[in-house]
Amino acid sequence: MIEVKNLYKSYGRADNIIALKGVSFTVNDGEIFGVIGPDGAGKTSLFRILASLILPDSGSAIMNGHDVVKDYKTIRQIIGYMPGRFSLYQDLSVEENLKFFATLFGTTIEENYHLIKDIYRQIEPFKNRRAGALSGGMKQKLALSCALIHKPEILILDEPTTGVDPVSRKEFWDMLARLKEQGLIILVSTAYMDEAGRCDRIALIKEGEFIATDTPQGIIDNYSGVLWAVQGSRMSVILHELRAHHLIKSSFAFGDKIHITVDEGLQAEELKQYLINKNFEDVNVFPIEPTVEDCFMALTN
Amino acid sequence: MRKKVIEVSNLTKKFGNFTAVDHITFDVDEGEIFGFLGANGAGKTTAMQMLCGISMPTAGEGRVAGYDIIKENELIKRNIGYMSQKFSLYEDLKVWENIRLFGGIYGLSEKEIADKTDELLKRLDFEQERDTLVKYLPLGWKQKLAFSVAIFHEPKIVFLDEPTGGVDPAMRRQFWEMIYDAADRGITVFVTTHYMDEAEYCNRVSIMVDGHIEALDSPAALRQQFNTDSMDEVFRKLARKAERF
Repeated sequence: MIEVKNLYKSYGRADNIIALKGVSFTVNDGEIFGVIGPDGAGKTSLFRILASLILPDSGSAIMNGHDVVKDYKTIRQIIGYMPGRFSLYQDLSVEENLKFFATLFGTTIEENYHLIKDIYRQIEPFKNRRAGALSGGMKQKLALSCALIHKPEILILDEPTTGVDPVSRKEFWDMLARLKEQGLIILVSTAYMDEAGRCDRIALIKEGEFIATDTPQGIIDNYSGVLWAVQGSRMSVILHELRAHHLIKSSFAFGDKIHITVDEGLQAEELKQYLINKNFEDVNVFPIEPTVEDCFMALTN
Repeated sequence: MRKKVIEVSNLTKKFGNFTAVDHITFDVDEGEIFGFLGANGAGKTTAMQMLCGISMPTAGEGRVAGYDIIKENELIKRNIGYMSQKFSLYEDLKVWENIRLFGGIYGLSEKEIADKTDELLKRLDFEQERDTLVKYLPLGWKQKLAFSVAIFHEPKIVFLDEPTGGVDPAMRRQFWEMIYDAADRGITVFVTTHYMDEAEYCNRVSIMVDGHIEALDSPAALRQQFNTDSMDEVFRKLARKAERF
């Protein structure tokens, strides 16, 4: 279990850059907990504190009974940490990197091979290749193998899917789901809102604060606005038209649709007719379920 | 017929016995927003480097912004804009210094730079940030400024390499509205992204798999062709065929 209470962290000569403004949350055993928010929101600072790499200004974090400040030596034994930037040894081969990390923790590849088998098997054919010469997807698999080789209780993954294509991202989350089955606590951050659904619970983070913490469905259920989709050709022109309507509170492009939040008084059929009268003949307006991205935007704007 | 800003045929790049880009042929119209998609390692970056005139093709030919990519690659560099998430602006320079630097690199006069800087800062509502070091700007602001700087010299085409990675959802959409404005002014936009909702905002998208262009059409036509209602699914169906990673 992870218990985080009121973490503060600031940087700069006069502590004028505040990265974390009192963050509190708990993560239960066997959970995948996602910290979701844009770059610069404080995700990396939070994870570095939990990995005992930097000290908080105030507040506390206890992971499986160990304090990240006082018990940092134990913390480093029980966590597996995958930083956002690829941090393995580029000049060592795939196998040498893995062996290095196993040795650091007093174990061997053979002893814990069962933990990494699923993932490592995919890169094993290239075990003699230098890590620096691997493709992005392979580097990511090697980094995860290295973070797992000492049989950690808690995995801390800082933006493991940034810059990764949608197919490889899906594969990566499938791997995490299998690791969870083995009883690991997984703490993972991402800027991709569509990955929220792969977590048991999520926290939405913006400017150093958790603005909501819940299950993905709980976040969606708490959405209070009236949300519709507008579909038609000439989307960018429709967008301008919608922005000018006084009963429409927000309008944003969402793929092939525009999502709008409206005043209670407006009817979907009424808006459709309004747009048809403005010569958008093929337009369609209908209510939709919000996505986590809609929720994030509603909570931050 | 609309003017072509990119026309390439059989463009190929080999590194030793590895073919990173394998005979790609396509064109892009003036003012078009063209999405260049593909899995990691599919060859997008290599292809883009050839289009920007910074990497010589092993075979094939083409023209970008009116210049031959083999014989006139220096002229290409001068007539395009470029921005990526990884490199865009100098963090230790102020907002106005970055604008001046890039304006100067692209050969604008001091007078032009001064006039256009005022106009740009006003349009972005950035006037009070004129003397701010770029490193102190929030990421979303930085990306907006970087895009404006990339098209400051009014290039025929701007190349955007994952410009919105990690950007706040509302900012990401504002960024795309800037892309639309640029396209309306006739600037062609060539953009890569891993956000499939953004693929929908392009006039046409191409999807690269193992060095080939496996599909090229409007998002609506691609969805129809692959019998699905999401670009995510189109991408998944194509990328599943990939053999290298």
